[in-house]
Formats: sequence, C-alpha cells, structure tokens
Amino acid sequence: MAKKSFYHFLGCIIPHRYPSVEKAAKLVFNDLGISLLDMDGATCCPAPGVFGSFDRVTWATIAARNLTIAEAGGHPITTGCNGCFASLWDANHELKHDDELRDKVNENLAEIDREFKGTIEVWHYVDALYQIAGLEKIREKVTRPFTGVRMALHPGCHWMRPKILKQKDDSERPHIFRELCETSGAEYVPYKDELICCGAGGAVRTADVKIALEFTKQKFDSLIAAGGADMIVTPCPFCELQLDAGQVEIQKYFEQEYKFDILHVVELLALAFGHEPDEFGLATHLQYMQRKSEPAWENLGIKVGEH
Amino acid sequence: MDLRLKINGSSSRCVILTSVDEKPAIEIDVPDDSFVQLIKKTGGPNIQNCFQCGTCSGSCPAGARTNYLVRGIIRKALLGLKQQCISATELWYCTTCYTCTDRCPQDVKPTDVIKAIRNVAVAEGYMLVPHQKTAQKVLEAGHAVPLDKESWQDLREKVGVERVPPNASRYAEAIEEIKKIAKKTGFDKLVEDKAEK
Repeated sequence: MAKKSFYHFLGCIIPHRYPSVEKAAKLVFNDLGISLLDMDGATCCPAPGVFGSFDRVTWATIAARNLTIAEAGGHPITTGCNGCFASLWDANHELKHDDELRDKVNENLAEIDREFKGTIEVWHYVDALYQIAGLEKIREKVTRPFTGVRMALHPGCHWMRPKILKQKDDSERPHIFRELCETSGAEYVPYKDELICCGAGGAVRTADVKIALEFTKQKFDSLIAAGGADMIVTPCPFCELQLDAGQVEIQKYFEQEYKFDILHVVELLALAFGHEPDEFGLATHLQYMQRKSEPAWENLGIKVGEH
Repeated sequence: MDLRLKINGSSSRCVILTSVDEKPAIEIDVPDDSFVQLIKKTGGPNIQNCFQCGTCSGSCPAGARTNYLVRGIIRKALLGLKQQCISATELWYCTTCYTCTDRCPQDVKPTDVIKAIRNVAVAEGYMLVPHQKTAQKVLEAGHAVPLDKESWQDLREKVGVERVPPNASRYAEAIEEIKKIAKKTGFDKLVEDKAEK
C-alpha cells in the first residue's frame, strides 16, 4: 500500500509559539508511517471565530487560498489545531455546498490566479491518527506507557462541534479523543467541566483576557474538585496556550497558583512512543519559560537524570 | 461618533443590566425585517426558527459570567432592533464553542447567527481595537500570531525545527496574495486605522 501523505498545515500558534507540537507531530506521524508534507506559503487559516466574525467572505477566501495549495498537490490536509481545523474544514464544506459563496470566493481568488476546486479533504491530527493509523497500530508503538499517570482531558470545541456538521463524535459524550489518549496507558480522570470551552476562542481572549481566563480557571477548579490530575491533554495549541501560559496569567489576575502540565496529544504520543522530551522540546512550553520551571517529570513518570 | 467599542479593562460586568429609567414598550405590529434578512444572508439562515426556549443561554459558558445573552440578542434581532444588537459590547463575549448550536432544539445555529450579527456590526464600523490590530497582523504578516521576534525563532531552533517555518513567515509572496484578497473584498479598508474623532 502506498504511504499515506498529508499536507501539514501549521497555522500560527504551533509554529510560532508551541513549536514542540510541530516537532512532536513529525516524530509521531513518521513513527506511524504517515508522511507530512510542507505546505509552502500557507498563511493564517484564518482564525474562524475572529475572521469569521469580521467578514465571512474574506474569511472563506483566505481559507480557500490555503485549500488551493493542497489541491494543487493532490493530498489531503492535516492540522493539529482546532481553530485551523474549523476554518479549513468549515470553509471547505461551505464552499462545496454553497454555490453563491463559492462564486464570490472564486471571483476573489481570481485576483491571485487561484481557484477553489473542492477536490481535497481536511483532517484533524486526531482523526488522522484515529482513522488512518488506527488505535491498534498506535498501541503497538507505545514503548513508554504512562502507567499510573492520571490524565485529564480538554478536547476543546472545534474538532467535534457543531456535531451535526462534523458528524464524527457525540459532543456531549465524546469518546474518540479519550480513546486516542488512553493508548498512552495513562489513567483517564473525568471532571465536571471537561467539555466546556477553554475561553480563548471567538476573539474573546483578544477582547478581554480576564474573562477568557475565568473559563480556564473554572476548568482547573472543576478538575481539582474531582481529585486533580498529573497532566491535561488537549488536541489544540490555542487551548494549550490558554491552559499553559494561562496559568501564569491567572496568577497575575486572580492571585491563584495552578501547576498543571499541559500536553498536546502528539506530545503525549511522542513520549509514549519512547521519544525523549528533549527531542521535541517539551520544556519550551511558555509556562515553563515564563516561570523558569520545568515539567513535573516525576509525576509524568519520566526519568530525566541525564539532563 | 466614536464607532469603536471599548471594554473596560478591569471590570467587564460593568454594563448596567437594569435601570430606573423608564423603558418604552416595544410596540411593533410589523417588525422591520430588513435586519433579519441581512442576518440570513450573512451566515445565520435559521434565525427565524427560534421560539425563545433559552437552551442557548442556559448552555452558554460566556453567559454564565458576562451579560452576554444569546436568547436576548436573537429576540432583539427578530424584533428588528438592529442598532441595539450591533452596538452591544457583549456581542463579543461568544467564544464560538458551539454548545448552544449542538443543543438548540430548533436548529437555529445560534453561534452562526451571532457571527452573522458580528459581520453586520463590523461592516457598520463597530469593531474592538484589539480585534482590528489582530486583523491588521494577518494583512502585514500573513498570520494572526506572527513570528515577530528573534526569540520565537530561537524557540523553534531549540526544539529542532527550522528557524523559519514554510508558511507566510518564509514566503513574502503569500503575504502579497493576502493583501490582494483584502483589497478585493474591501477588508483592508474595513480594518484600517480610522482617524480618531
């Protein structure tokens, strides 16, 4: 069977703030025999809740421009960001089903000699890992199981909602992300507010960071009420930023200290597959850089004696 | 008129919800439906499905901590109270989590309705300054969160990837294309700095 290839849509937060996720994705997909191809000249997706709120046609046109890069190469796109996924997937879907929007977008794209053709699909890492690689193959690759490590999840919103449109998981009782994370061998810890938004989306973090952080704080408090966890895993770098660097901001705004290690799902899998944290720079998360701290290695069950 | 909304830095709940001022009755026999029609065209086609059950607001994590009330905004829109809808600061507290959309028994798709109303607000000049700046960044750098410091490149090097990724940070022509698109759609004018009044 030919090796499956995806165009790797990086977006903004992964390559510019959490590059450890970019590197971890490359390690994990390579281990699973899936190629990630550079998507030369891709721009901001652009952020769905931000640009989609400003001007739908401009949002769809910029997203469509990104889609045309993959169409030209003939491979599907994968992205590790819920926001990028929402913009690219939603725009792709809307442009395939709304002729009026498609005509407007193609009129705009003609200015730069591009045309949306609707020939490719957009995949979140989670879906590519779950459907293309498959849980069985992922479990086979796990050489460093997170046995005894308590793992809370933050699935975030846009990879599964709106459920009627995305049609892949029950957004009130999702299981796909949990099953994927559980391949690491970590013990899933449920908490009441697992499914509420991190607070960053929809241009709220930009408008009023304190309100955005209240969402995050509610999640942390809910997790602590459920007995706490050794790490929180998310499939989105914007959620990761909000949960990770957000802890430093919460301390500033609310004078309350939380110390959760936040991992993107590909970082979790990279570690589970036996990669050392230094291979993808887990310790470069903004929380650690700003606090001059490091991950709670012992809680994560990782020996880093050679550091 | 200062068209830009301002959110007071420290307290976001400062907006008065009720007042002693006498409120005039909303006496509308035949509502002006031009606003509703505009919303339907701008991305909220199902707004008229709403029967005001309030499931949206009951599900809303933003409504739990701010005066953002999805049901209220939709009702105002249906009554044709356009100005009240588009000038309200709380319109910008929706994080677009889509919980209301997933729970709405009438398939109103409230998140899309709110986004459509935001589109109308922006088109009429109601845009927060930080949002304007974010939009400008995409036109300048191709990214809302740009690789704008040497230290971000150092961070990339530290994790073992190229200092500059193969996106618009590396390809200036990609930024040029975004600028051309924005010029064609009028988005550049929409988000440019307006003279202070």
